[in-house]
Amino acid sequence: MATSLAPRRPGPPAAPARGRSGERSARRARLRRRVADNALAYAFMAAGIVCFAVFSWYPLFRGIVLSFQQDNLITDPQWVGLDNYRHLFDDPLFWTAWKNTAQFTGLALLLGYVVPFAIAVLLNELRHFRAYFRIAVYLPVMLPPIVSVMLWQFFYDPGGGLFNTALRGAHLPTSQWIQSPHTAMISLVLVSTWANMGGATLMYLAALQAIPGELFEAAELDGAGIWARLRYVTLPQMRFIMLVLLLLQIISTMQVFIEPFQLTGFTDPSTITVMTLIYRYAFAVNNDFGLAASMSVLLFAVLGVFAALYLRLTRETDQG
Amino acid sequence: MTATAKAPAAPATRSLISDQELARPRNRVVYFAVLALTTVLFAAAFLFPLYWMAGSALETPREFAAQTPTLLPKSVHAAAYRDAWSQMDIAHFFLNTAWYAAGGWLIQISVDVCAAYALSKLRPAFGRAIFAGMLASLMLPAAALLVPAYLTVSDLPLLHLNLLNTPWALWLPGAANAFNIYVLRRFFDQIPGELLDAASIDGASRLQTLLRVVLPLSRPVLAVISIFAVVGMWKDFLWPLLVLQDPDKQTLSVALHRLSTSTTQVPPTEMIAGLSIAAVPMIVLFLLFQRHILGGLSAGALKG
Repeated sequence: MATSLAPRRPGPPAAPARGRSGERSARRARLRRRVADNALAYAFMAAGIVCFAVFSWYPLFRGIVLSFQQDNLITDPQWVGLDNYRHLFDDPLFWTAWKNTAQFTGLALLLGYVVPFAIAVLLNELRHFRAYFRIAVYLPVMLPPIVSVMLWQFFYDPGGGLFNTALRGAHLPTSQWIQSPHTAMISLVLVSTWANMGGATLMYLAALQAIPGELFEAAELDGAGIWARLRYVTLPQMRFIMLVLLLLQIISTMQVFIEPFQLTGFTDPSTITVMTLIYRYAFAVNNDFGLAASMSVLLFAVLGVFAALYLRLTRETDQG
Repeated sequence: MTATAKAPAAPATRSLISDQELARPRNRVVYFAVLALTTVLFAAAFLFPLYWMAGSALETPREFAAQTPTLLPKSVHAAAYRDAWSQMDIAHFFLNTAWYAAGGWLIQISVDVCAAYALSKLRPAFGRAIFAGMLASLMLPAAALLVPAYLTVSDLPLLHLNLLNTPWALWLPGAANAFNIYVLRRFFDQIPGELLDAASIDGASRLQTLLRVVLPLSRPVLAVISIFAVVGMWKDFLWPLLVLQDPDKQTLSVALHRLSTSTTQVPPTEMIAGLSIAAVPMIVLFLLFQRHILGGLSAGALKG
């Protein structure tokens, strides 16, 4: 910016010769130019700013206001103070939904966090069929989520579904999968992991390939075996990306919706999650938008903690 | 990558296990056993479900119900695909989704390119604050905005327009895409200012400069953004579920969900044919543009 303005700025030796009025008119011309430039810039940005303002910034504000209101879209919204929050805390489903969401997130991390990392480490050592492995693991990520979930719905069918057919064929005990409250949650986690693990796997793989080979070379010369190299070279080198993906994964799995929505619905207390409860409050049962908004605000607050951690983490390394 | 795999001595790009270690006879046996196992497991875990999906829809409903697992279908009937396409009206929802994706892509690209160009090259007052505000929306979980965004779309502030059941309910919120603006701005920042100055000396307006100089240079980044835009629109579920409740206007994903829960029983083979049809465009896109898609992912991982 400074360099582009420099030639236009009148130099100190020239200024006195031009006199006062000359300087003023030059300044005015400069101002006019800046106003014109800004007007043009804002004309270019107008559509973007309006879209962000209307569909992102304003809804955030409105969501917070709405959480203190009663609004059913029929009568005018009414200010009700903390009533919505009180109702939430009195609703047993509220606590169930949080417990289930925490359980889903925990199980999804157990599977979806460890498995992609292990697979990436393995794939990085394989010298053949590299394109095949990458494409295969990422294919489910490309499918529309409803397709993955409905496909697994067929697999989970306790009668003739693929899983029970295979288990029967191997003379193993079968399962009720999504139809039993004991196995429903883990079934949701399985399909979610299958559908989403490709992204994390490939990100780990890219990070693994960025580890300088000399580090392994040096460790090997020092007599470190494969496990020692994994422990003292790979893991420390991967710490940053593992932390980043951990936070991102927590943020996205806590918003799980489509798996419980399609497979078990939004009434089953064994799998109702925060998002399906929000849907239920606002769209399924009684159009209580205020109640749904207060639940969203709470979810936002929880996720905000993880988002802030994520921001701090990535910003620190940007500077360092 | 494949080049390093074949060159035996490339210590700069070596990984955990060196090629020399792998060359030892005993390790070679282990390596090929692991390779074979991984290859088979990947096929079973990631390819077989898709094969099952495409194949089951080729069976007759009776064969499907019999559930005698056959790796190759005994006979091939395209009836389920035909019925899904016409009777279940998958064709209609397919075209809906294609139209939403195409329009959404065009609007997203035009709005975001213009905004990023202004932020990068015109440097307006408060540009930094506006950019920060846009980026902040990346940190907003979609879930938190769901209910108020729905109410906003159903009654736009000031204008009092109802966008529900119109494509605009997908297109306009989709244009507020901070990721696009971030990526585009970073790319535009690298285009040297002299190039733009040269264009303006030649008498080109800012818009002409954008169209004739900046955009042609930005083809790679535009390709990545376009692919992600189309894939995102095709895969989206929760937002279209809320704003397109009129069955006639629904996207393929939402319609599949509705049909699966409707009271009129749809034969399973027809349903599965519908799933296959919904998956095909994404798989084709992936196979065509896998370099862009996987490359975009790795770039994201490296910059952190």
